[in-house]
Amino acid sequence: MPTVSVNKQQLFDLLGKNYANDEFDELCFQFGIELDEDTTEEALKAGEEPELKIEIGANRYDLLCIEGIAQSLNEYLGRSETPKYKLTKPTTRLYVDQATEQIRPYAAAAILRNISFNEKSYASFISLQDKLHSNLCRNRTLVAMGTHNLDATTGPFHYRALPPKDIKFVPLNQTKEFDAAELMEFYKQPEQKNNLGRFVHIIENSPVYPVIMDSSDVVCSLPPIINSEHTKISVDTRNVFIEITATDKTKAEVVLDQLVAMFSRYCGDEFTVEPVEIVSEHNGQSRITPNFAERKMNVSIAYINAALGLEQSADEIIACLKKLSLHATASSEDKDILEVSIPITRPDILHPCDIMEDAAIGYGYDNLPKTEKLSNANFIASPLPINKISDIFRVASAQASWLEVMALTLCSHDENFKFLKTEDDNTKAVKLANPKTLEYQVVRTTLLPGILKTVKENRKHSLPIKVFETGDVVFKNDALERKAYNERHWGAIYTGKNSGFEIIQGLLGKIMQTLRTPWVADFGAASPSRGYWIEQDDSLKTYFPGRGAKVMFRAKEGAEPQQVGHLGVLHPEVMNNFDIPYAASYVELNAEVFL
Amino acid sequence: MSDFQLEILQKLNDLNEIKSTIKVFPTVSSQDVLSALNSLKAHNKLTYSKIDSIHYDLSDEGKEIVTNGSHEVKLTQLINEMGKLQIKDVMSKFGANGKVGQARAFKNGWIVKNKENELELKENINVNELKDETKDLLTLISQGSYDSIDNKVIADLKKRKLIVQRKETDFIITKGAEFSLELTKLETDITSDMIVTGAYKDLKFKPYNFNSQGISTQSGALHPLNKVREEFRQIFFSMGFTEMPSNQYVETGFWNFDALYVPQQHPARDLQDTFYIKDPLTADLPEDKVYMENVKAVHENGKFDSIGYRYNWKEVECQKLVLRTHTTAISAAMLHELAKDPKPTRLFSIDRVFRNEAVDATHLAEFHQVEGVLADYNITLGDLIKFMEDFFAKMGVTGLRFKPTYNPYTEPSMEIYSWHEGLGKWVEIGNSGMFRPEMLESMGLPKDLKVLGWGLSLERPTMIKYKVQNIRELLGHKVSLEFIESNPAARLDEDLYE
Repeated sequence: MPTVSVNKQQLFDLLGKNYANDEFDELCFQFGIELDEDTTEEALKAGEEPELKIEIGANRYDLLCIEGIAQSLNEYLGRSETPKYKLTKPTTRLYVDQATEQIRPYAAAAILRNISFNEKSYASFISLQDKLHSNLCRNRTLVAMGTHNLDATTGPFHYRALPPKDIKFVPLNQTKEFDAAELMEFYKQPEQKNNLGRFVHIIENSPVYPVIMDSSDVVCSLPPIINSEHTKISVDTRNVFIEITATDKTKAEVVLDQLVAMFSRYCGDEFTVEPVEIVSEHNGQSRITPNFAERKMNVSIAYINAALGLEQSADEIIACLKKLSLHATASSEDKDILEVSIPITRPDILHPCDIMEDAAIGYGYDNLPKTEKLSNANFIASPLPINKISDIFRVASAQASWLEVMALTLCSHDENFKFLKTEDDNTKAVKLANPKTLEYQVVRTTLLPGILKTVKENRKHSLPIKVFETGDVVFKNDALERKAYNERHWGAIYTGKNSGFEIIQGLLGKIMQTLRTPWVADFGAASPSRGYWIEQDDSLKTYFPGRGAKVMFRAKEGAEPQQVGHLGVLHPEVMNNFDIPYAASYVELNAEVFL
Repeated sequence: MSDFQLEILQKLNDLNEIKSTIKVFPTVSSQDVLSALNSLKAHNKLTYSKIDSIHYDLSDEGKEIVTNGSHEVKLTQLINEMGKLQIKDVMSKFGANGKVGQARAFKNGWIVKNKENELELKENINVNELKDETKDLLTLISQGSYDSIDNKVIADLKKRKLIVQRKETDFIITKGAEFSLELTKLETDITSDMIVTGAYKDLKFKPYNFNSQGISTQSGALHPLNKVREEFRQIFFSMGFTEMPSNQYVETGFWNFDALYVPQQHPARDLQDTFYIKDPLTADLPEDKVYMENVKAVHENGKFDSIGYRYNWKEVECQKLVLRTHTTAISAAMLHELAKDPKPTRLFSIDRVFRNEAVDATHLAEFHQVEGVLADYNITLGDLIKFMEDFFAKMGVTGLRFKPTYNPYTEPSMEIYSWHEGLGKWVEIGNSGMFRPEMLESMGLPKDLKVLGWGLSLERPTMIKYKVQNIRELLGHKVSLEFIESNPAARLDEDLYE
């Protein structure tokens, strides 16, 4: 969820009241935003103006600046009406060249006339563009906006896509002219890496770069990277030309709507926007932007009442919705229908359920009747079968005096293979594409790395160290939709001055006995019935040569014996790889066979 | 009874009271005396009191001075015999202690130095009448009478290594209630033999020290986090919830995101937040093609009364494999199953989820999510609130508040807050909501079957309840085994702040 910093006094001035902390917190709580932090204490020490850091819903782009927060809260409090946004006649055009289809096909534009910024509102205008760029615009990949001093240019404007060498201009806050290719190199320098350098990748490898030019081919901007110094706006700019370029048309319109909705309040003619005629015949996107045509959605009164457990009249619901900037009128045709007019600031309304939610917020979550309409059907609860098996393993292991540990599922490739003296044949382990650290490269295929890491971290503990884990490992399987599956395993270790092989063998016997599985002598030959035995297996490289064995299980008489796990004395190299200065024996079983 | 114990009893019998064991038993160490006394005291033969005191013994040098006089006196006498003594010859003529003797003889005003750097007797000094203060002090100390000597003087003698400090423990012994010269042996424990023979009836037993803890037991233990998990499971079971098959960490983009109405450009799908998988690389598309077309339509153009997100929806995003970021991916698959036979249903899961996050005190790349899903006909937001109150009351959490919030797949959405007595503030304890109609209708679920969902992390309430500051002390290989061994039973309904 995005967080917006606003000047505390300015917000309280706009709300017409100096709120006490708890009181403002409560207002935020009811409205559905969150007061994260009040910087008053630190600000007073530093001699700065206190700020409020407010967390807003990720779908409320209209709340990304103080103007929007104040507007919405004032409407919620009944202190203000939703602005009626008006369009004048377009006076200029933006021609979109077909070549832009190769890189960023959509464009929109608008003009704010006779605007009067002050320092605070100018800073807010810049900050809203930043917030939109990083949130809705996905770091300028989907949408980028440029704002320009209209008086430094002459329309009509052109949106073109040109080879980088052919785009020459002095970029914002620079003194020297660059061509676009040089500019990309400039922004890739280390000092720009975390600034504009972050956006270079969006166009860098394209043969043509997007560019906005005025009628005399003066460059206004190189979207989505930088504007030109020539058209730079300042607190004194009177007429602002806004251009939007995008790969996502819907989001381009949303961004333009929010910018003009928030800042047309500072225009000579309040809440009035001059649209721009977009000429884009090649892709059928010729139109006038922004589009303030009223958006309506019908919602059923019965639906809202049923969802909220209320029996409100149309007027009561209309009053609730008004607090959230939604203006409803009763339909003249159907008594059950409210026709809801949705302002341009509320693109988050996608479905009648979004209106229903606002009706609930307007009514107040705290005021909703607590009902009990839940079905009286007799629900028969049951555990997941494999979790039940897990619990048998867990309880029996703890009863046998082992300590349960919970290691992480993710580990490094070495921990899962090389450190255990095993090879990765690429048939089993799931591998991560983008881990932030080398600690997390694969999903474990055995519980052993996590258990050994736990022993290592606890090597000061008194000996012997006896721990177990019951948890999932993951294997690849190409036949499945998800291409991998979990398998529940149980693993236990004995670590001490001696390897304690017989002790681990004894624990295996105890677990098997708990699972109604007796030991069968002579490697399964002594009896044909259900049971287990162990057989030396020198292919298990994790164990000391001659001290590793597979665990064999026959589920019932006549069934084919299957390998269900392994045990042995861990190889000294394995112990060294995990920095454990002790000897150890280990057993691991696949728990799924006992389902 | 040892010979020494008997000796003590006999002396006590003779003297009626022993005022100093040091004087009566000078060769026995105080530890041996104490152990004999404790043993006899246990039989009520005697009582004693202990006196710690400090004593001083003469060093070899000190003893030498008591016998032959101090260095300063002896040097003065030598100078008297020789008439004059060159300062450089003091050590060769007098020996190793010449310098000490010289310094103190000067200090006492017995000798002087002439222009030729020679030592001479001061005028009017009679060598036979020198007052040897050092020897006198040491003599007093050797007789044990140092109470009259100033502490500073004692400290000086210690510094000059003439005396050595010794701590001494003495005992005063008086007769006990059952004083006698014989001793019956006290038994430490009741044995099976005593019970069989009845001997315990005639035996005396050593008293127990109840101000003690006993021997710690050897035991295994379940992991604290799993104990809390079990509490949650029991709450779900008690309310009729069946456990979901959440044992599937690898998910497709479709089930983890698209099915939950998370648009394909949503930040949650960023490489920054989600672990993508490079091997295996590509998932299959979901088998139910009608469902997938519905999901596509809802995202792309809108359907089921929704206007949709209006963007180009791509199958390739569905086929990306991820480590699931929430167990809701499984809930979605279960709800899709439910559409085959829609009916009121209660499901839950508690299992691991993965986030590609930087690890710190409150964040791990993997943690556990507790999730409940409740489907029923025509239920209201008030039902969700009431049900949440009932659910959290089962773990002793009452007085909930609900805050509007935003989740892509629920509308309305409510964050659940509770007042935390220990922290003195409202804390968010979970998130809840009603699944969006267009998400459910895409699956083929009937319009009037509403589905409530709620979730919380397993670690967070555990950390708050048991005051664990760092998540790494609760999950993963850095957890201390002592913490696991000594952790009490988890009882979520137990009030820890009364």
